[in-house]
Amino acid sequence: MAMNYNAKDEVDGGPPCAPGGTAKTRRPDNTAFKQQRLPAWQPILTAGTVLPIFFIIGLIFIPIGIGIFVTSNNIREIEIDYTGTEPSSPCNKCLSPDVTPCICTINFTLEKSFEGNVFMYYGLSNFYQNHRRYVKSRDDSQLNGDSSALLNPSKECEPYRRNEDKPIAPCGAIANSMFNDTLELFLIGNDSYPVPITLKRKVLLGGQIKCEIQKSPGGDNLEERFKGTTKPVNWLNPVYVLDSDPDNNGFINEDFIVWMRTAALPTFRKLYRLIERKSDLHPTLPAGRYSLNITYNYPVHYFDGRKRMILSTISWMGGKNPFLGIAYIAVGSISFLLGVVLLVINHKYRNSSNTADITI
Amino acid sequence: MAEALQWARYHWRRLIGGATRDEDSRPYNYSSLLGCGRKSSQTPKLAGRHRIVVPYLQPFKDEYEKFSGAYVNNRIRTTKYTLLNFVPRNLFEQFHRAANLYFLFLVVLNWVPLVEAFQKEITMLPLVVVLTVIAIKDGLEDYRKYKIDKQINNLITKVYSRKEKKYIDRCWKDVTVGDFIRLSCNEVIPADMVLLFSTDPDGICHIETSGLDGESNLKQRQVVRGYAEQDSEVDPEKFSTRIECENPNNDLSRFRGFLEHSNKERVGLSKENLLLRGCTIRNTEAVVGIVVYAGHETKAMLNNSGPRYKRSKLERRANTDVLWCVMLLVIMCLTGSVGHGIWLSRYEKMHFFNNPEPDRRIISPLLAGFYMFWTMIILLQVLIPISLYVSIEIVKLGQIYFIQSDVDFYNEKTDSTVQCRALNIAEDLGQIQYLFSDKTGTLTENKMVFRRCSVAGFDYCHEENAKRLESYQEAVSEDEDFTDTLSGSLSNMAKPRAPSCRIVRNGLLGNKPSNRLAGSSFTLGSREGASEVPHSRQAAFSSPIETDVVPDTRLSDKFSQITPRLFMPLDETIQNPLLETLYIIDFFIALAICNTVVVSAPNQPRQKIRHPSLGGLPIKSLEEIKSLFQRLSVRRSSSPSLNSGKEPSSGVPNAFVSRLPLFSRMKPASPVEEEISQVCESPQCSSSSACCTETEKQHSDAGLLNGKAESLPGQPMACNLCYEAESPDEAALVYAARAYQCTLQSRTPEQVMVDFGALGPLTFQLLHILPFDSVRKRMSVVVRHPLSNQVVVYTKGADSVIMELLSVASPDGASPEKQQMIIREKTQKHLDDYAKQGLRTLCIAKKVMSDTEYAEWLRNHFLAETSIDNREELLLESAMRLENKLTLLGATGIEDRLQEGVPESIEALHKAGIKIWMLTGDKQETAVNIAYACKLLEPDDKLFILNTQSKDACGMLMSTILKELQKKTQALPEQVSLSVDLHQPPVPQDSGLRAGLIITGKTLEFALHESLQKQFLELTSWCQAVVCCRATPLQKSEVVKLVRSHLQVMTLAIGDGANDVSMIQVADIGIGVSGQEGMQAYVNLLFWYQFFCGFSGTSMTDYWVLIFFNLLFTSAPPVIYGVLEKDVSAETLMQLPELYKSGQKSEAYLPHTFWITLLDAFYQSLVCFFVPYFTYQGSDIDIFAFGNPLNTAALFIILLHLVIESKSLTWIHMLVITGSILSYFLFAIVFGAMCVTCNPPSNPYWIMQEHMLDPVFYLVCILTTCIALLPRFVYRVLQGSLFPSPILRAKHFDRLTPEERTEALKKWRGAGKMNQETSNYANQSADKSGRKPMPGPSAVFAMKSATSCAIEQGNLSLCETALDHGYSETQAFEMAGRCKD
Repeated sequence: MAMNYNAKDEVDGGPPCAPGGTAKTRRPDNTAFKQQRLPAWQPILTAGTVLPIFFIIGLIFIPIGIGIFVTSNNIREIEIDYTGTEPSSPCNKCLSPDVTPCICTINFTLEKSFEGNVFMYYGLSNFYQNHRRYVKSRDDSQLNGDSSALLNPSKECEPYRRNEDKPIAPCGAIANSMFNDTLELFLIGNDSYPVPITLKRKVLLGGQIKCEIQKSPGGDNLEERFKGTTKPVNWLNPVYVLDSDPDNNGFINEDFIVWMRTAALPTFRKLYRLIERKSDLHPTLPAGRYSLNITYNYPVHYFDGRKRMILSTISWMGGKNPFLGIAYIAVGSISFLLGVVLLVINHKYRNSSNTADITI
Repeated sequence: MAEALQWARYHWRRLIGGATRDEDSRPYNYSSLLGCGRKSSQTPKLAGRHRIVVPYLQPFKDEYEKFSGAYVNNRIRTTKYTLLNFVPRNLFEQFHRAANLYFLFLVVLNWVPLVEAFQKEITMLPLVVVLTVIAIKDGLEDYRKYKIDKQINNLITKVYSRKEKKYIDRCWKDVTVGDFIRLSCNEVIPADMVLLFSTDPDGICHIETSGLDGESNLKQRQVVRGYAEQDSEVDPEKFSTRIECENPNNDLSRFRGFLEHSNKERVGLSKENLLLRGCTIRNTEAVVGIVVYAGHETKAMLNNSGPRYKRSKLERRANTDVLWCVMLLVIMCLTGSVGHGIWLSRYEKMHFFNNPEPDRRIISPLLAGFYMFWTMIILLQVLIPISLYVSIEIVKLGQIYFIQSDVDFYNEKTDSTVQCRALNIAEDLGQIQYLFSDKTGTLTENKMVFRRCSVAGFDYCHEENAKRLESYQEAVSEDEDFTDTLSGSLSNMAKPRAPSCRIVRNGLLGNKPSNRLAGSSFTLGSREGASEVPHSRQAAFSSPIETDVVPDTRLSDKFSQITPRLFMPLDETIQNPLLETLYIIDFFIALAICNTVVVSAPNQPRQKIRHPSLGGLPIKSLEEIKSLFQRLSVRRSSSPSLNSGKEPSSGVPNAFVSRLPLFSRMKPASPVEEEISQVCESPQCSSSSACCTETEKQHSDAGLLNGKAESLPGQPMACNLCYEAESPDEAALVYAARAYQCTLQSRTPEQVMVDFGALGPLTFQLLHILPFDSVRKRMSVVVRHPLSNQVVVYTKGADSVIMELLSVASPDGASPEKQQMIIREKTQKHLDDYAKQGLRTLCIAKKVMSDTEYAEWLRNHFLAETSIDNREELLLESAMRLENKLTLLGATGIEDRLQEGVPESIEALHKAGIKIWMLTGDKQETAVNIAYACKLLEPDDKLFILNTQSKDACGMLMSTILKELQKKTQALPEQVSLSVDLHQPPVPQDSGLRAGLIITGKTLEFALHESLQKQFLELTSWCQAVVCCRATPLQKSEVVKLVRSHLQVMTLAIGDGANDVSMIQVADIGIGVSGQEGMQAYVNLLFWYQFFCGFSGTSMTDYWVLIFFNLLFTSAPPVIYGVLEKDVSAETLMQLPELYKSGQKSEAYLPHTFWITLLDAFYQSLVCFFVPYFTYQGSDIDIFAFGNPLNTAALFIILLHLVIESKSLTWIHMLVITGSILSYFLFAIVFGAMCVTCNPPSNPYWIMQEHMLDPVFYLVCILTTCIALLPRFVYRVLQGSLFPSPILRAKHFDRLTPEERTEALKKWRGAGKMNQETSNYANQSADKSGRKPMPGPSAVFAMKSATSCAIEQGNLSLCETALDHGYSETQAFEMAGRCKD
């Protein structure tokens, strides 16, 4: 018996009855917290109590869903697949690696005119830009403009770290696999004389990407700055001559920046150019026939990839996507329906939900 | 002789082999105890278990080094770590936990480049955090222990210094074995020591062992024989004795050894000579002892093995679930690896995104798949809810904090609260199914009240006494408030003196003495002319209910016959009343002296009352009487001291005139007369005057109001004597004797003085006490009767034992023998009667021995006492030799009052579906009656009594009962299906049949036999209540063990083991679990993503976010929920103990709950991933921008999930939830703004900022959250409306106003009651007495439907235990305090 021996008892020396009764007692504080009597909201989930919630959800979600759906439907979008795997495709010839440079033209017709700013995307399918080792294969310090990293890229870039004993700038698999097709858009008027459509860059990108991230390591002479490095294996040109515009070269080249933001899913689109709205009177892209000129460099066919050119207007909710609207409408409806069901249940079982009325 | 051999052998062994101390800590077990038969073979081994203690003094220096040098000193260290070894040892201990090993494994895995999923350094973070937190916790705990140790180690005590040759102050830690220690009153004993000297002239020392075993009464310790006689304090310098004793063990109740003087003379040592560490010296001015065990070798420390690790049911369940999670993880990882292999085989050549190895090598799909498996394990690591263990632990800490700070468990008198010793079982409290209870002290107050007695075959039912008790109870119920104030004042009164305080604590279990009550009992008492005013001080020792006994009028009348007139030689009375009177005298003498009660005066508590004049010769008091007689015969009131005593006494005639005739009249009745007359005529009579003066002197001593005169009947002063007994029974008997003016005046080891009203003070020379033990179930005192000068044995014990020891009368014996037979029969009848009333019965018997017989016995007994090894058996044998051929004097019935609220508690516990077993040592009738009284058994219960003499019969009976029970249930076919297996037999309520099982100790032995165990358990599982009577302590523990291990149910044993009682929310942890399973949903998101990234192990979430998600945002809320969850208010629970059932079945954490939750988590993860997926499908979103809405939605889902599942929300919950959300966004924003190259490859830069400007982000998050939670929400709503669980319904009560509430409660119960009433009504005609009406099938059915509402179980349940209801706070405290082992 009796194994209550405990060192503390010993110190206390038996019963705590100090003469005079010291003020300090071990009586726990009678506070709401300690006695677990905090005012509490006790949700009781019964049909009766939650009925309003379902109806409210229904009433809110359905209009939102309709709004989104309408907005999404108002977005004009056209996708042109120019992979060229089909023999009939004008780009079919470009599948062979021998034809360089290969330029193909695809004609298409816009049924309805595109109002407002139109965004031009290139889209890739089946391209796993989110592969773990692919995603890792970059050196943010290098891209950020760290000169030591420029000449000594991170090991993460392997095996695209060095080429012929020279550090690759930009290093890594992402940069190496950069999309390098050139897309041009022409409006084919009635006179069948194609009018080139101005494709803009910077305006859009400026706000989205902060240039501090990928500040060019060089000052005036980019080539000088990138001295001692070599271009990625797959690239045609070094990083400092990516564009004719001198301000759009090096690591701050917008196409490069867009590419480096690895897509989350294997089917993705990336912004290529912006077609600015000219005036309120004329649609940006009137309905009619267009032709797409492609300088076909990027091989995707041998991993069953697809290449697309996408023209899309945008709304407050981004690109065209009916899912969200439908989902909202569906959830709202379900919720409303459940509300009705619960109303019935509540009416039928109200008595039994109340204990006081239980009779057996 | 054997010992001498042993001694020699031992020394020989010592010389050869040195100390064999490694064997020492082995506790003695039964086999070694009973191993007398194998003594020869055991002797050498036993020898090795001895320890020799040599005084730590100059002359013995060499010897000391030889023997005692290796013994531990008194420094204690209970800490686990030292400063140096803290880090390695703590790490070592921590890595014993599977969880930490798992973390470590992951960290190591991540360092393998091929499978690396995250940055190496970051993966270590969780591990480091967990390790650090736990290390800090451990460190703090250890530091606290260290401080306590230090405090104890530095306590000061007086140790004899061999240099300074006197006692000097020294720290406890410096005390070593062999030291002499001198302690004063109220000092704590620093080490186990043998008592060598006590200032008490009788060599007695009192210790209080409450720190050790929780028993609050004083224990007597005896100076080693031979030292007690010394007048002066033992001088360590002259101490040349060595002590040999057993090696340290943890048995508190035994100590064996002997003292060997330099002349090889040996004196036996027993536990009576040992002062235990941790006890407090009381009532003794100073003592000196020699240390035999110190520090960690003391019995107290050996018993302090630290808290046992108790695995809670929940933890066990959680473990299996974790195993399932591991399975799941493996499946998911396999999916990943196979998927990656297939993907690779498709895209093997595509260097574009299938980035080759650094050395441009492309690994084969098979190998890559294998690597991927490990990568996936790292990636999906959070699936294993390892943090669950940490959370659970934290939750438990929180719960225990609340338990301990619950005011309801606070006890004002002792200023203490419930102490939870084992963390793990906190939540199991809500799941208790079986409750084992001791009777005495747990169900009952442990306040023994003398109720009835039977002397010489006549029953004295003490009606007045019964009346008094009733009025007492009324008084209690009348003024509750008053009680409080008074008991408060009582405790105040008690404060100045520790010992008194202690008793108050003991008494508070029934803390109801009130002034009014005291007053009423006073009036009662004075009318009777025998009872005294309960002194307030006295009340502090024993409540008046125990001390006041109103004598039975009939017995009082008979007492009044003990007058000289009766003994007048001329008065011819028939022999019979005379014999009866002698019986009465003997009976009350036995009550008064056959005990170990300590007498003290309350004015100076613990100052023993002594008669300086009582030198020791038993003759002396007789001389006194004679001298008094002589004086009085000359002049009636010549002695002023006696004057004051005699005059007020009304009912008792002046005795002294006729004293001598009294003795001469006794001549024919007993063979004493010759000696007496011799004494009377002896010349010693002349010494009377001296004796008298001494008496007078003593009276003038104002401090000690203990003279004979004051204690004469009718004198209120007599009550000033305080009795402290080892058990309340003894005290009750002494008080009862006192009520009949047979007052125990003083007690020393040598003699007992009793003031026997009419006969005057009698001094018994105390020859021997054979103390009570549970084997013999009796105790005896051997005294030399002052009047007859014979050796008389008074025995008091359980009736069954005593009855067997009575002398067998020959059928044609003399008339006294015949009469003895009649008395025996009558007494047996009375005993049965008492037992039926639930009284504790004791038999009183005596035996007269001749001097030669006694001398013979004494010789054998002495041999037994001095033997070391199988001393217990020898002592037992010796006792058997003494306690036989007894003459029955009578019997007593003592009421052990039920504790307040016990019947209500038991009823509530029953309603809560808890099966209660009462294990008691009482006899069957008593036990059954108590069971009825405390509503353990209901009048309409079917009772089965197992009382057989053989194993086979027991088995047969059990199967018969089982069959009968099964037949009963078959009346209700739908119930049969429930009784599928043995482990889950139908709950009795289901069948509507309430059965009780009574089993006696003997039968229990059979039932506990292996072959019958199963049957027994099956039987008991049918019964709502089981009463085991006549059970030995060993059996009690066996029963508990049996049920616990075979039925695998939660058991609560009150009186041992589980020691915390509390309000607890079982399923809170269930909540925590679901919270953690929410994490799985989150982890599944990563899994789903693998389908879209070529199973390459990409995480769309930044690892920092992942970590913080785990550690902060989603871990704090479940913990808070776990701690604060409360479903139904305490008040409602109190009123509806039925609610406890859901917790008992651990509904909140059933196996299917786990799977449902898992399924739900699966669904949630699907929604959480695919809603954003479809939204962003084909868009230009990048990896981490895609992950952001997923994370955000997951956070909302987890938090709102908790809100749905929780039963009450306070501002703390709200605070935590909002805090979680805010901190998440804040973190994401700050992280996004600051981090450019923090954690490549992920780049959270500006992602959150962009998203927060994007309406689609909000739309997606809201939609995802809604869809994900919709099913669970609807499920809960439907459940709430269609199949509300009792708990849910009870929650409605909380919303009602008090009036509505009462009404609703009535209705809730109404259904049940109504049906019950009808069934009762139906049964009334069948069995009017209504004790055991058998419910007919219809009644059964009715009851079934009545209870069905309670049985109908919802699935969700968070349940506070109803235990707090079951036990009122005092009891809860009692439980907590009582469970010391």
